[in-house]
Amino acid sequence: MIEQGYNFAYLDEATKRMIRRAILKAVAIPGHQIPFGAREMPLPYGWGTGGIQVTASILGPADVLKVIDQGADDTTNAISIRRFFTRVAGVATTESTAEATIVQTRHRIPERALREDQVIVYQVPQPEPLFKLEPRRAETERLHALADYGLMHVRLYEDIARLGHIAKAYDYPVMVNGRYLMSPSPIPAFDNPKMHRMAALQLFGAGREKRIYAIPPYTDVRSLDFEDHPFRPIRAPHACALCGSTESYLDEVVTDDAGGRMFVCSDTDYCGERQASAAQEAAE
Amino acid sequence: MSALSPGFADPVLDAQACFRAVLEAMSRPGRVVTAGAALRPPAPLMPAAAAVLLTLADADTPLWSDAGADAEAWLRFHCGAPFAAAPGDAAFVLVTGAPPTLETLQAGTEEKPQHGATLVLQVAGLEPGRGWRLTGPGIEHEHRLAVAGAPDGFIGAWAANHARFPRGVDVVLCAADRLAALPRSVAIAEG
Repeated sequence: MIEQGYNFAYLDEATKRMIRRAILKAVAIPGHQIPFGAREMPLPYGWGTGGIQVTASILGPADVLKVIDQGADDTTNAISIRRFFTRVAGVATTESTAEATIVQTRHRIPERALREDQVIVYQVPQPEPLFKLEPRRAETERLHALADYGLMHVRLYEDIARLGHIAKAYDYPVMVNGRYLMSPSPIPAFDNPKMHRMAALQLFGAGREKRIYAIPPYTDVRSLDFEDHPFRPIRAPHACALCGSTESYLDEVVTDDAGGRMFVCSDTDYCGERQASAAQEAAE
Repeated sequence: MSALSPGFADPVLDAQACFRAVLEAMSRPGRVVTAGAALRPPAPLMPAAAAVLLTLADADTPLWSDAGADAEAWLRFHCGAPFAAAPGDAAFVLVTGAPPTLETLQAGTEEKPQHGATLVLQVAGLEPGRGWRLTGPGIEHEHRLAVAGAPDGFIGAWAANHARFPRGVDVVLCAADRLAALPRSVAIAEG
């Protein structure tokens, strides 16, 4: 039931226009961060305020919304955001990746390949990939203008010199369309290859940091690496304990206080679908 | 002066539908979408161009237009956008006749390329599947777009606009209630 007293999808129309203008410029300049006037939302920073504002600005009554938190549809954050949009926009929600037209995500890309008629909205805590190397915004803006990304190459090289490999398992920096260095948000490096030439439009919203950026469909997204140390996505060397998948990204779950643990798919919809089809096959 | 024709019947949902159409067009350059079919803006303003400006322009975005007094009054009333004295001062430039050269419009800076203007350019017709060859982000292999009534020398001017990426102007081509977009990232070759 739609809550009375709010504009459709919570934000007022002037705010939506401002965000929509930022999104269109973000699409026209793939990977470039665009400042926007992020509004105070009815949940704290860090809970996806940027992603919610992007979703609110693109959402229409015909959309079907899926929200995931670390791949799971049934976590507090994902459920709260789905409920929020059910209340303020009356849109249909789903846990199925295939049925969704908009997927808002915190820190994962669904295992099922996204289609042209879908949009994925990432919640981003820190949009500036150079932030830990150069905290001054004015300076990072200049580095992006000059496409001067030596700092990040040195950072990755230092990992190799010290540890023998690039020790970045998430938020692994990417080059978009050969021009802008971009933070993929804290998705596991395992998910980075899915961004490359994805059929769906990818939008990124950072609420606290007040930045929006985007990757249009079929755009080159390369994880930064070296010829002699090529990018390698990392995956736990196990099969999912529930569905047996050896291809999906796994979460390690501690099951007791005696060292018991299991590995299960992080993408709950993918895992559930595989279990259901396995059960069906067994029944037949 | 005649009475103004109305804007969107549902300002919230019609603007949302039009935005998604423009977003689709901008994300997949050369793909033709429809917008504003129900609008009856004063001539020479076309429904698609009117819908784009109703959706995106407001008091924060200086507008420049060559569409004449009736269209200007309509846009002033429905968008509430201030009118710029010259095309180079505007965030949105609406062109119904011969366009100002792309270099005279705002292109942003290397650090803030998002300040580049959006040119809403009315043309006689848009037909996908033939004509110009478009390549770049948003395009899997190649999109084709035939533009009837494109300004003379547009391809050459576009090459210069594309070459200064990330600075540049983004174009929304409108014909009746159809539109296609050319973000600065796209390269165009004659068909």
